[in-house]
Amino acid sequence: MDQLVHLLGYPFVQNAIAAGVVIAIVSGIVSRFVVARNMAFAVHALAELGFTGSAGAILVGVSPVIGLMAGTTITALFIGTLGVRVRERDAVVGVVMAFGLGLGVLFLTLYPHYATEAIAILFGTITGVSTSDVILLLVIGALTLVTLAVVYRPLTFATVDPEVAEARGVPVRGLAIVFLLIMAAAVAEAVQVVGVLLILTLLITPGASAERLTARPGRAAVYSVAIALTCVLGGILLALVTNVAVSVYVTSLSFALYLGARFLVGPTLLGREQRRPDLGAEGARAV
Amino acid sequence: MLGEPPRRGNPGIGYVPQHQSFDQDLPLRGRDLVQLGIDGHRWGVGRPSRADRKRVTAVIEAVEATPYADAPIGRLSGGEQQRLRIAQAIVGDPRLLLCDEPLASLDLHHQQEITDLIGGWQQRTGRTVLFVTHDVNPILNLVDRVLFVVNGRWAAGTPDEVLTSERMSDLYGSHVDVMRVHGRILVVSESTGSGFELEEPHHLPEIHAGGGPGAGSGAGSRKVP
Repeated sequence: MDQLVHLLGYPFVQNAIAAGVVIAIVSGIVSRFVVARNMAFAVHALAELGFTGSAGAILVGVSPVIGLMAGTTITALFIGTLGVRVRERDAVVGVVMAFGLGLGVLFLTLYPHYATEAIAILFGTITGVSTSDVILLLVIGALTLVTLAVVYRPLTFATVDPEVAEARGVPVRGLAIVFLLIMAAAVAEAVQVVGVLLILTLLITPGASAERLTARPGRAAVYSVAIALTCVLGGILLALVTNVAVSVYVTSLSFALYLGARFLVGPTLLGREQRRPDLGAEGARAV
Repeated sequence: MLGEPPRRGNPGIGYVPQHQSFDQDLPLRGRDLVQLGIDGHRWGVGRPSRADRKRVTAVIEAVEATPYADAPIGRLSGGEQQRLRIAQAIVGDPRLLLCDEPLASLDLHHQQEITDLIGGWQQRTGRTVLFVTHDVNPILNLVDRVLFVVNGRWAAGTPDEVLTSERMSDLYGSHVDVMRVHGRILVVSESTGSGFELEEPHHLPEIHAGGGPGAGSGAGSRKVP
């Protein structure tokens, strides 16, 4: 414990925690939509091409965070414009991902001296994030949250009930592209903590766990953010005191929380929600 | 539409889509679905106002969905989901209600319930309902006018005018008999011997006034003079 308090005094630890909080909030909210819109594969592609982007950035001497952001954004635009129909989408994601990863290999070949950095991007190193990158992450995170707040309600409508949403004048197609861009930013953020290969632990698991706990959309968002915060902050702190990589703890925590939500807490909570006292006798009968 | 040029998202129009089940695990209650019918198209995070919440509760009560309005919508039966769909469509107090085959994939009992619900709303409010269906029978006693479309040809008028052996034979291009049995209508053709309800294996998209492509379907509408 003393050791932990001592460590918390270091700027690099404070940077990691500040970035971690923002990243967790963004991931918590975005992951709910990723799950509801069935976009796990797209998340994976965005992350891998983020790797290509940061490999390219390192090659030309730019911050890898900027490269990452560029990689995910370009990929999001490709997927958004080519994969209009749902059936088409996975195919387009696969096509774009394959080519993008090929480029990543090329960048690695051209600049073979940075194995450490490549591994950092693949597996995450939040504690190695520089102060300027933390500021960049905070800005991207804040912008993402503001965008999410603006589109939250119509995006929910378009996600759960696209046909009626469109009939009510919600720009379903435009929102799909906006959401891809939001995902691009969220991926670029989450990669900092868990890396490209483990991205789904932050962009799927919190949302998937939350929907096992409640049928209320607002509550699900709160749960999802809380789960993401627990994973990220818990992961950072545990990594500090034990010297094992952050992503190991984040993935383990999020998996444990998912199992707990699904099999331990979820059934009770969901059941209680459906037997609300204000429904009276009729409600009890329906349940 | 309603005295304005057609455009997307006209709030004067309510829409009940064809029944499509919601995913079982979708974190959404019937109450939330109805709420989206009020403000789902507006930007922002949106916490529903007290008045909105009251209105949602009242509409859910009106479609008799109160007992299950707080359960995950994906766990409800087709008929229950369809009731909440209707609540979602009428919560904005539309002047015109479009129903795109709301009875498809419901059993007879639920078909009757949904029909009564829509008919009851129409009678209380005096608004117009445009109802696309393959089988005119469930709504026969509620319909003022029918637009009957067969292979891009159409006939319009009151049910008694349109649903006759002559008009139907004319539309199908071969002799068919229209029979009334226990207040229901059967269209029987010589060649196949199949009834009206069995005639169409596939679903049609929405049918607009003036007739759409495709084979036999009826669109009924009712309007209080």
